[in-house]
Amino acid sequence: MAAVGKTHATRWTVINVLVVLYALFPVWWIAALSFKDPSTLTDGNYIPRKWTWENYRGIFDTSEFTRALINSIGIALIATAIAVVLGTMAAYAVARLRFPGKRVLIGMSLLIAMFPPISLVSPLFNIERIIGIFDTWVGLIIPYMTFSLPLAIYTLSAFFREIPWDLEKAAKVDGATPAQAFRMVIAPLAAPGVFTTAILVFIFCWNDFLFAISLTSTEAARTVPAAIAFFTGSSQFQQPTGSIAAAAVVITIPIIIFVLFFQRRIVAGLTSGAVKG
Amino acid sequence: MQAEPAGAPPPPEAEQARKGRAASAGARQERRLGWLLCAPAVVVMLAVTAYPIGYAIYLSLQRYDLRFPAEAKWVGLSNYGAVLTSPFWWDAFWVTLFVTGVSVAIELVLGMAIAMVMHRAIFGRGTVRTMVLIPYGIVTVVAAFSWQYAWTPELGYLAELLPSGEAPLTEQWPALWIIVLAEVWKTTPFMALLLLAGLALVPEETLKAAMVDGASAWQRFIRVIVPLMKPAILVALLFRTLDAFRIFDNIYILTAGAQDTGSVSILGYDNLFTALNLGIGSAISVLIFICVGIIAFAFVKLFGAAAPGAEVKR
Repeated sequence: MAAVGKTHATRWTVINVLVVLYALFPVWWIAALSFKDPSTLTDGNYIPRKWTWENYRGIFDTSEFTRALINSIGIALIATAIAVVLGTMAAYAVARLRFPGKRVLIGMSLLIAMFPPISLVSPLFNIERIIGIFDTWVGLIIPYMTFSLPLAIYTLSAFFREIPWDLEKAAKVDGATPAQAFRMVIAPLAAPGVFTTAILVFIFCWNDFLFAISLTSTEAARTVPAAIAFFTGSSQFQQPTGSIAAAAVVITIPIIIFVLFFQRRIVAGLTSGAVKG
Repeated sequence: MQAEPAGAPPPPEAEQARKGRAASAGARQERRLGWLLCAPAVVVMLAVTAYPIGYAIYLSLQRYDLRFPAEAKWVGLSNYGAVLTSPFWWDAFWVTLFVTGVSVAIELVLGMAIAMVMHRAIFGRGTVRTMVLIPYGIVTVVAAFSWQYAWTPELGYLAELLPSGEAPLTEQWPALWIIVLAEVWKTTPFMALLLLAGLALVPEETLKAAMVDGASAWQRFIRVIVPLMKPAILVALLFRTLDAFRIFDNIYILTAGAQDTGSVSILGYDNLFTALNLGIGSAISVLIFICVGIIAFAFVKLFGAAAPGAEVKR
């Protein structure tokens, strides 16, 4: 047993280390770049030889980045809030109520989940310019919440199916209407699922690039991924590598925090929505 | 059957079905609440996708150059003719197909391996799951920059491995493989998680029985696990194929579509925002939409991929 256990342990250690390296290496590399002094930037070393905070100080000194960071946080939070509220309502109906048209709703969200965003960019660009929400927060919140709604509805309805519904029946026996049962009994039970969905939707909005570069033209609503792509060096002979790396690390921090603290929830949310149906 | 009221879909709860004979006040209330709760989501989804795609079709039938908006003119299908006879569209189309096909194939194999690791690991399971979520969660643009810098001569660790003077991102095929690499790295964890959920549904007893019958590990995998996981595999493939076909962020950062490495999404973007040609750009948008529709249809019809959410029977 001991010998078998040992070879097993070694094998699993090697496999685990490989997976960890696979996942972390590109992240480590860009983090290392962000801490490198300009003079050692091109040494190709995995660990900075000369550490510096200069790149971070640089990006936080410019409104180009700070403004984009505020945009990113605000837009993603608002879009997440709306998508989760609308998604919770629809998912409750899908999971619990019987009504004609349920299949249409499910089919429609599936269609939108598969929708190529580029197909919407040209009409949205034109519509938003005409009604005056081009290059505003609203102009990005609208496509974000729409494209994350299917994700929200799937994940939430999968969570809602796992809730002990007898409690709802008990509430109804006690004279609660379906609406009251939803608000007072089910909503608190559903909170963990809602929270998980909110994380997934936030990651989705945080990640977007295509809408962010297409539907903005100034700092007014440009989010960080789009802003990074437009970073320029302080002179035409200087590449903005250090600034881009530092900005990249900053917007990766929330993701790392989510992953570290809510790993189990994220996995449950991603898999339940997609496979169990 | 005759006695049942028409129009009511067969409900999952049998004892409730019998109660549905006369639509009671409660059932009506339930139906109204159902519609009411879904209405906002439906309205938003229709308003932000159905209406604009209709508008995109309308725009695609016009000659509409944003530099000369006054000269917008109805031209019928000629934008589609221009796109479909243009080598740019076909180059982008084949690049997109190549990147989609190759990266999804690699992801399936690698994702299955990682799913197995997550499923079977004796220890460190939590660590592995946490770690694979990092590529999933990280902003695509960030990851793309990391790969770009890794392959930039005199800067990156991967470029250092090549003979000096090589700049892989400036040549078509090396650049395409780097795009595939970036895509695979980022999205394999998602594939692995979907497959992991499918793996969890494979009953342990069936595997034990196969083992008793003398099936080798490989035989158990091919003959038992894969057939049982077919629905999960198809859903994962469908999702990833459609997603890969829309590839934009990675290519935009890595090469910006230079040296014939642009996908159809990149081509559409360039026509809209560089050439400012709303008519041609919209025609490309509609064509991409049609391609995605064909892929989805093929998956559902040819392979019988059950749409997720379509009440999979277990």
